[in-house]
Amino acid sequence: MDLLKQTAGGVGLLLADRKISSVELTADILKMTEERDEVLGCLITVDKANAMKQAQAADDLLADVGTGSLLTGVPMVVKDNISTAGIRTTCGSRMLEKYIPPYSASVYSRLQKIGAVMTGKSNLDEFAMGSTCETSALRLTRNPWDHKRVPGGSSGGSAAAVAGGLAWYALGSDTGGSIRQPAGYCGLTGLKPTYGAVSRYGLIAYASSLDQIGPMAQDAADCALVFSAAAGPDKRDSTCVQDVSGSLRAGLDKLNRDVEIVLSGGSVDKISLKGLKIAVPAVWREHALQPEIADVLEKTIKKLETAGAICSECDLPLLDESIPAYYLIASAEASGNLSRYDGVQYGSRTQAADVSDLADFYSRTRAEYLGPEVKRRIMLGTFALSSGYYDAWYLKAQRVRRLIKDYYQSLLADYDYILGPITPATAPEIGTSLEDPLTMYLSDIYTVAANLTGLPALALPCGFDKNNLPIGLQLTGRAYQDADLLRTGMAWQRETDYHLRVQQIRQLGPAEGNTNLFAGGGNEKIHQSLTGVAL
Amino acid sequence: MTYETVIGLEVHVELSTASKIFCGCPVTYGQEPNTKCCPVCTGLPGALPVLNKNVVEYALRTCLAVNCEISRITRFDRKNYFYPDLPKAYQISQLYQPIGRNGWLDIEVNGTKRRVRIHELHMEEDAGKLMHDPWEDQTLVDYNRCGVPLLEIVSEPDLRSAEEALTYLEQLRGILQFIGVSDCRMEEGSLRADVNVSVRPAGSNEFGTRTEMKNMNSFKAIGRAIEKESLRQIELLNEGGRVIQETRRWDENKDASFPMRSKEDAHDYRYFPDPDLTAVHVSEDWIDQVRRELPELPADRRKRYIGELGLSDYEAQIVTGHPVISGLFEDVYDLTKLAKDTASWIMGEYLQLLKDKNCGPENLSLSAEDLAAVVSMTAEGKVNRVTARKVLAAVIEDGVKPQTYIEQHGLAMVSDASLLEDTVRRVLAENPQSIEDYKNGKKKAAGFLVGQAMRALGGKADPQLLGSIINRQLSEA
Ligand SMILES: [Zn+2]
Repeated sequence: MDLLKQTAGGVGLLLADRKISSVELTADILKMTEERDEVLGCLITVDKANAMKQAQAADDLLADVGTGSLLTGVPMVVKDNISTAGIRTTCGSRMLEKYIPPYSASVYSRLQKIGAVMTGKSNLDEFAMGSTCETSALRLTRNPWDHKRVPGGSSGGSAAAVAGGLAWYALGSDTGGSIRQPAGYCGLTGLKPTYGAVSRYGLIAYASSLDQIGPMAQDAADCALVFSAAAGPDKRDSTCVQDVSGSLRAGLDKLNRDVEIVLSGGSVDKISLKGLKIAVPAVWREHALQPEIADVLEKTIKKLETAGAICSECDLPLLDESIPAYYLIASAEASGNLSRYDGVQYGSRTQAADVSDLADFYSRTRAEYLGPEVKRRIMLGTFALSSGYYDAWYLKAQRVRRLIKDYYQSLLADYDYILGPITPATAPEIGTSLEDPLTMYLSDIYTVAANLTGLPALALPCGFDKNNLPIGLQLTGRAYQDADLLRTGMAWQRETDYHLRVQQIRQLGPAEGNTNLFAGGGNEKIHQSLTGVAL
Repeated sequence: MTYETVIGLEVHVELSTASKIFCGCPVTYGQEPNTKCCPVCTGLPGALPVLNKNVVEYALRTCLAVNCEISRITRFDRKNYFYPDLPKAYQISQLYQPIGRNGWLDIEVNGTKRRVRIHELHMEEDAGKLMHDPWEDQTLVDYNRCGVPLLEIVSEPDLRSAEEALTYLEQLRGILQFIGVSDCRMEEGSLRADVNVSVRPAGSNEFGTRTEMKNMNSFKAIGRAIEKESLRQIELLNEGGRVIQETRRWDENKDASFPMRSKEDAHDYRYFPDPDLTAVHVSEDWIDQVRRELPELPADRRKRYIGELGLSDYEAQIVTGHPVISGLFEDVYDLTKLAKDTASWIMGEYLQLLKDKNCGPENLSLSAEDLAAVVSMTAEGKVNRVTARKVLAAVIEDGVKPQTYIEQHGLAMVSDASLLEDTVRRVLAENPQSIEDYKNGKKKAAGFLVGQAMRALGGKADPQLLGSIINRQLSEA
């Protein structure tokens, strides 16, 4: 399908001009999904009827001149931890395998209002806990660039769906890198917005003080369109209110107009790297990094400087402390957030006939329906909060968080952005990560700071390794200046073409994939042993 | 050895705000199960709490009324435990920065004043209700009560007897009702208390090991439970045993408490700040505004009634026992300026009416104007008290105006001296034996004669005038 080469904005323009209809486009993409997703495994649920109904609504909206937006009628997918009324929302867990929410997340309602078309719910690590999508109890997702590799996580299904040509954009959620890392592994652009910019109402919580919903797409302009539609105050979320996110709106509206101008072939001079002050923490160069990533980052800095940006080295204390702080806080919050899955009101419940009492009922239900990674984090968080350990673990982690926040704030008083890698390595092969959770946790080292500080961070493609796997860079910006950050991303993509490579992957599809799908053998077995689900 | 009982109370009171603490669902009682709840209060995945500002306002009012220091920044924490009536498996409560601390309440028992210190006051959400269906042998959950706002008022262990504990509770209930934060209906569970009891040798400064009885919802049970529990502990100590710290369940039917299984008791609640809610900043302006709008508290009112209106301690206590009663007293007094008479009517006929009708003061429709009319016409001698009682009953039953009723039924009191003189003369002539008895020292005979004369006058005679006429005619006879 030729349209797969287009961005969401590009397709949106064709829809707005009535050159194509959303009903036809959606029917095509559903067919494509049927052909491709058996191999890619992006989606946990495909709801054709819902998609076609929304496509019809989008066409009606577009027929009424001036009422649509550039996203109206453009097929997309939503990570399966974002509640969608009437459509099951599983979190990739057997615990919620049959759970159908009676209400929709605010962000989904907002997108519905502008005529979004959702074809399905995308796979994720169970309850968003994982870096590879392999902790999902329901599906194994493959990286469209190389099918024996993971797409990243936890928003791996979202990333694979966009990179694999099943959608033009996706909603993901990011607690410690879960949007940026899969975007990086799949050659996409992804934004972890400022904490509080997008409502979390209806996002099934992993770690409430770190979770944030954001866009994943082929380029920064698409992310700008999606983020602009998703962001804004919500009276149902106390951490997403007018007085904090209000300043965001003006910048977004302006950015939105500029995106439209650019898409229509016009030019906007505000989209430029000239004069930007970018801090490059030296410590990232010293840290264990795949050599190609280090090389690509050096080249990136040169390119930025050539385009007029001013890059300077800076210190970055507490990098090593950020991982334990992050895992303690995230696990502590998760232990509380996930306690509600007790089999009483909704969700799965033990079918054992010999349940002895209430405590036995609870422990059997949770033992049977939660996966090992989720249990590991619940236990870690429960420990960190237990009496006698609270001060030494949870409180100390919060103090580290405060120090990191203060440091970033002071850095961003002098610089516009902080530049860094997203991950220490490119996408690993399926089955190589879960056996060693500690190494998997450490691979989050470059991404967790944005969540601990609440700052916006953007993942952008910036090169490839020797296996032709994408490498991404991360820009961290000032709180609530997400629009400026996206504008800078657009400027980078005006200077470079790394983000265009994914078009080929989207067009190729899995059958003509550039690698042998089932090379490596044994991975399926490993997956089965870890998740109990046969592929 | 003599022992002293030491009691601390944790009072949970349901606030009467229109909606719940973290969602828009109404605060109701006795509705069809699971009809007054939403994704937020039933803890569905992804739902988030949003604080109802009115709850904070009610809490501020209470803080001021019980002399608490108010935290300028207050936060909510999660209290984690599994139970089927708690759909999130944590209760949103306050541990680290409660809204109020270090308050006090003065109580008076048997003429002795005592200051009961209040350790803290915090806001939290209520849980649902479990209903066991013995026929199906299953337990059902009603989530309607989930998220109903609660205040928890924790006293220091400053109470020394069941009587003191009950006085404290009554006083606290009066305050909560006066400031309009709760209707405190114990039978509906809107006021419940956890009772901590320990004993120690009289004169000792050290506390004994305490036990706790949770969720008690009647004054009678609380009083009884304290008495029995302190006796149990004293007996145990006298027999050389030791009190173990535990939670006990009070069984009202068996008139005894029993230890709960230790499993239910051994909780590590793993409190931590709720990341879904932001800190509440309480400004000086806000506190001032709440203070300005705070109604006169019962203790201040009592002081004024005794000092300015000449009521006795007891009278003042009774007429300030409930905000509706106190409001009625205020209004009737404003209309009549008869403090003693008004108090007497409220303590007598009015309370009797409530008792007869078995209803609360808020459910009896009686306007201050009507009661004032009855009080005034009695005081002015237009009707006697027995008649006035009939009038009051008719006012309440049929909704007529007192004046109309008296006119329609010709009940105005007879104060015509010549009519009374004639009637008395006739009654004396008909009862020569009574005159004889009276003269022989049986003073009771006079009462009989008054009764006869009153009956002859249809009960409408001015009793004072009638009495004096009978006395005079008897002495002349
Ligand atoms: Zn509700």
